[in-house]
Amino acid sequence: MPYDRTNAGPLLSDGYVAWPPGPSSHNRLSNVVRRDTGQGPMLRESAVLESRSSRRAALKSLASGFGYLAFASLAQDAAARAANKSDSELAPKPTHFAPRAKRVIFLCMNGGPSHVDLFDHKPLLTKNSGNELSKSGPKLLRSPFKFARHGESGLWFSDVCPHVAKHADDICMIHSMQTDLPNHSQAFIQMHTGSFQFTRPSIGAWTIYGLGTENTDLPGFITLNPPADKGGARNYGTSFLPSIFQATKIGTNQIPGFYAKLLGVDEEPGPPLKNIRNSQLSERRQREQLDLIRDLNAIKLERDVYHPEIEGAIESFELAFRMQRAVPDLLDLKTEPKSMLKSYGVGSGLPTDRFGRQCLLARRLVEAGVRFVELTAPIGWDHHFLLKDNLTESCVATDQPVAALLADLKQRDMLKDTLVIWAGEFGRTPYAQSGTGRDHNNKGYSIWMSGGGVRGGTSYGATDDFGHKAVENPVHIHDWHATILHLLGLDHERLTFNYAGRDFRLTDVYGEVVKGIIA
Amino acid sequence: MAVSRLVWILASVLIVLPLRGMADDQKPDSKAGIRFFEAKIRPILVKHCYECHSAKSDKPESGLRLDSRRGIRTGGDRGPAIVPGSPEKSLLLTAVSHTDPDLKMPPRKRRLPDTVIADLRRWIKIGAPDSRDELTAARGAIQKAGRDAWAYQPPVKSAVPHIDDSDWPRQDVDHFVLATLRKHELLPSPDAELSTLLRRLHFDLVGLPPDLHVIDRFSRRATAKGVDVALASEVDELLASPQFGERWGRHWLDVARFAESSGKDANISFPYAWRYRDYVIDCLNADVPYDRFLVEQLAGDLLPYESPQERARLLIATGFLAIGTKNLEEMNPIQFVADIVDEQIDTVTRAVIASSVSCARCHEHKFDAFSMRDYYALAGIFASTKTYFGTAIAPANRVGGDPLPLPLDAGLPVFHRSIPTARVKKLKAEMAALRKEGQEGRAAVLKAIEAGKDPSGLFTLRDALRIFWRTGAIEGQLEKVDADGKALPLAMGVLDRESIQDVPLLQRGEIAQPGEIVPRAFPEIFNRNLSKSIPKDSSGRLELAHWLTNPQHPLTARVIVNRIWKHVFGAGLVPTVDDFGATGQPPSHPELLDYLAVRFVEKRWSVKSMIRELVLSRTYRQASTHRQAAFQSDPENRFLWRVSKRRLEAEAIRDAMLAVSGGIDLARPEASLVGRVIGDRPISIIGLDKRLPKDLDGTVHRSVYLPVIRDRLPDVLELFDFAQSSFVTGTREHTNVPTQALYLMNSPFVQQRAAALAERVRSEAGGDSKTRVRHIFRLCFSRLPDAQEEARALKFLASDSEPTRASDNLDDRADVLISFCQAILSTAEFRNLD
Repeated sequence: MPYDRTNAGPLLSDGYVAWPPGPSSHNRLSNVVRRDTGQGPMLRESAVLESRSSRRAALKSLASGFGYLAFASLAQDAAARAANKSDSELAPKPTHFAPRAKRVIFLCMNGGPSHVDLFDHKPLLTKNSGNELSKSGPKLLRSPFKFARHGESGLWFSDVCPHVAKHADDICMIHSMQTDLPNHSQAFIQMHTGSFQFTRPSIGAWTIYGLGTENTDLPGFITLNPPADKGGARNYGTSFLPSIFQATKIGTNQIPGFYAKLLGVDEEPGPPLKNIRNSQLSERRQREQLDLIRDLNAIKLERDVYHPEIEGAIESFELAFRMQRAVPDLLDLKTEPKSMLKSYGVGSGLPTDRFGRQCLLARRLVEAGVRFVELTAPIGWDHHFLLKDNLTESCVATDQPVAALLADLKQRDMLKDTLVIWAGEFGRTPYAQSGTGRDHNNKGYSIWMSGGGVRGGTSYGATDDFGHKAVENPVHIHDWHATILHLLGLDHERLTFNYAGRDFRLTDVYGEVVKGIIA
Repeated sequence: MAVSRLVWILASVLIVLPLRGMADDQKPDSKAGIRFFEAKIRPILVKHCYECHSAKSDKPESGLRLDSRRGIRTGGDRGPAIVPGSPEKSLLLTAVSHTDPDLKMPPRKRRLPDTVIADLRRWIKIGAPDSRDELTAARGAIQKAGRDAWAYQPPVKSAVPHIDDSDWPRQDVDHFVLATLRKHELLPSPDAELSTLLRRLHFDLVGLPPDLHVIDRFSRRATAKGVDVALASEVDELLASPQFGERWGRHWLDVARFAESSGKDANISFPYAWRYRDYVIDCLNADVPYDRFLVEQLAGDLLPYESPQERARLLIATGFLAIGTKNLEEMNPIQFVADIVDEQIDTVTRAVIASSVSCARCHEHKFDAFSMRDYYALAGIFASTKTYFGTAIAPANRVGGDPLPLPLDAGLPVFHRSIPTARVKKLKAEMAALRKEGQEGRAAVLKAIEAGKDPSGLFTLRDALRIFWRTGAIEGQLEKVDADGKALPLAMGVLDRESIQDVPLLQRGEIAQPGEIVPRAFPEIFNRNLSKSIPKDSSGRLELAHWLTNPQHPLTARVIVNRIWKHVFGAGLVPTVDDFGATGQPPSHPELLDYLAVRFVEKRWSVKSMIRELVLSRTYRQASTHRQAAFQSDPENRFLWRVSKRRLEAEAIRDAMLAVSGGIDLARPEASLVGRVIGDRPISIIGLDKRLPKDLDGTVHRSVYLPVIRDRLPDVLELFDFAQSSFVTGTREHTNVPTQALYLMNSPFVQQRAAALAERVRSEAGGDSKTRVRHIFRLCFSRLPDAQEEARALKFLASDSEPTRASDNLDDRADVLISFCQAILSTAEFRNLD
């Protein structure tokens, strides 16, 4: 068992668990009994008392529309609890130790950003540009960008990311990242799930499995504009974890950069969440309709005595109804002051518009209690050719929005417990490809993190003189995953899920927490 | 009894081995210690030491073996490698610390990271807990147990349990079930109400609710001739209807991981996959014997035929092997083929014998009975097979796959376009020019290099890519048409390769590490004279198919009978329907499973006969009512004290909405959206295609004909737990989430169905609200409302006439009826079976 499940929260004496509506939607789930995930007995004596009269009373109040009751814990047996697992697994769960971060914003830099042109300053690369990396090997290519130290910490940034550089003292740079393969799809999937060979739960799904959600009006894990390729839904899926931990996808799939250019389209995100609005009924009429559905379900449930599927249906309709209210407002950026929009670079025609919207939305989502938000930059980083122009373009599109997000979180005092991650699936080679670009490099590259308990203004690990291989304190994807979970208060070796007789974890049998980056 | 023997062996493993461990150093390792060992130490030893110091190396260096608890303690020529509790006395630590110039390990390599060395030190200090002897020994015992496990023994048809004091049983099945219930002091449930039973039967057999006239007819027959007769004739009608194949064919399509795109990162559509879908449906309707069905899918191309139609059908059948996921971005052709072979081995073994052989690709199995030799023996069969999947080279797709041409005179419909003859000539000319350009370019570069000149600019990467992509695209167009440009009938499938070959065993599954050649063969564990030898000049797929369908094969019949049982009763007798191996669960009714498996083969592998027998059992006729005492004793209903309640699959939910609203078109549509409209394209750009409906639905045909695109399913399939179409799915996931509720509340599809249902009710039931409510309940739930439901329904409908309403016109009244209909379609009862 991954958790201490003895502290299950208050129960009503008649055996029903109340989930009363209240003015604040936060933490409602803490009143719901957590259920076992499937193995082993987990009896709660107080939960198993069954009383026909209290059931009738509950139904009566239900049918009169007075309040909302979740019909949980009627079963006397763990197996029965397992059958109805979707509702209460989202309840906040105790962490293994005190968390440093309560939520995550993962800025996914799809394509493999060039660390030697952004953060990993290599004077010797400049000096040896044109020479072979090794005997008769490819030729080294100096960065076309100028590097400078920033902030009191003196972290290095190139002049292509001036906005983020201003936050140097809040940023922890890891220069010694390593992943197993220099291929996009495998590395992208490994970055998200730890394994490119097997379909495994994504880090977001593990996070919700470990922590539960903060706001019952919203899903716990949301992904904005994930790419349809490179593993697609695998990157935010649940694999063998219960599917309620899967990300809710917002925005249609973007068109891969190649086609966008080829076809001359710049597709805007489509309708944010399908079926979130009703085009035919007023809210009052829909509420009447849902009351009818709920009552018919409740009558059926009374007849069936015990039927987890119907209990779950009652709950999911209520959450769906609440989501209808909460989600459109949340997605509506027009409510933000103009100055805020401007700081994120939101504005039609601006190169920063699309990613600016995503970053602003991410802040709004975590502020509203979404635990894990991932956003994929709408512009790629796969710069095999014409690196100078294309990398500049990618930075222009993302630099200001990312900086605005950091500033915004800080100003709201949320950066301290929000972990912001900036990472691509790998870096790029210090040597040239086709004269003007760089190839994939999985042996050493940089990512950064900010807030959420990481040590700001830190540079951790190092590559060799040219930025080719990590030579000091290498951090493998597994170590990185272990560290993220650690910051969230979870021990990566104890966060396990038993599937087909084996305990699985995000880090498989690997992973070591990188203590050196923790504040 | 095979089962008790397995239990005995496992028990002895569990009891004896810890004792042996204790004899070793008197005290058992703590759980935490073992955890530390497994998490930290074992991976280090495997990675850095086993190469030279394990049973794997012919002669362990210095006689030292580090791959067992005993070995690491006994040590080699220099003495013990570790002294538990004393890191400073342990040679292992000296060696990895690189402090002694004569003893540096691993040799000629950088010192291990400090953290790793610290872990080793800590491990020795806490007494070097080590789980390996137990595991190694257990592995041997379990492998032996594996061979002796129930699933690998031939099924034995045991006598039907004698029940003489009850008239409850109707079929032999019932005798087994009742005997087991009694053994567990349980009673069967009373029969379900007729309306419940009829609804259950219709959804289970054809995936649709019963029509009103069917409900009436059934109750008339039951009254006049008794329930047994009424049921039998209902079952026979359903089994004979074409909707049966659509329902049960889909169950096999789940297992066959059917989909119409390559999945993975490139995700290119498969425009000919639908032919295999239709083939499966037709087979189920024709009740093609299951053994023949398997042989066709594995080796249809190698079977004799008498007409072009039959040849086409047999080629289409082999689509089973071709429709799996493909990593079309893979640039190494050897790796690409190895991955296809792996996917095929995995699918065939999981689907047909519910065993995972694929894990033996990279390492010897810990807990199962298949060896790496078994794997590579099978790999030779599939490596000697060419897979035709028919995707053209494009910027998103580096691997072109030929389509499989079908006989021209088979009269098959073709859905891609012909191209003018002139254009064919032009394309061929362009192709020749491009090839010439490529050859000349490469020659020029070589020449320049030989002459010591700078070749840059002569023939750049960009030129090469341009030619690669363009020739790929042209090939893609030409292979779909004949010499005159007329579109050819194409399919996905396999043929034997021209060169038949055995393959080498690959160390760690890596193509760069070939070992000894393994002759093509079948897994050793079953070698009970089942197998014919494989001829030199053919892949061996036909022999593999015959081996699998040999009546003596212990698994094939059991596995399919269990799959059928699962779809009739909601859970298999073996609950892990795709896993009959050591990690799977044992059967709840072993004798019954065997009895059914033997009977299935005796009755010529007839799927329809098996289903008929099961649904006409008294067991199937039980109510699903909750019974507290029985529930406490058997909460999962493994012993079948009732029929389990179930949620309908996505297809049945959608089809039911179409059916009750009178809008379903039961005719089979031509091809599929992928074959007709999307064609051969990257899925990531279909969002731009304005011809495609947003929910990828937009039809009123049955759901089995909706496009099945990996990672881009139609909304209703995506939301209601459709099969994971990338691998064998014997049991679908089951979720209950708000996005499903949002679909029911707000999607245009459901709103349209609600409006159509309201329309139907207005025309069929007149203007009286009570009549309408009853009509809707009968349509949707096959029953009348009870008093409470009727009162609640009428209250809702009456809210329409409240004077506070601004408008009292008929449209508004219709809106309330539509809203009511939508509520009924959204109730849990609509998508659940009792």
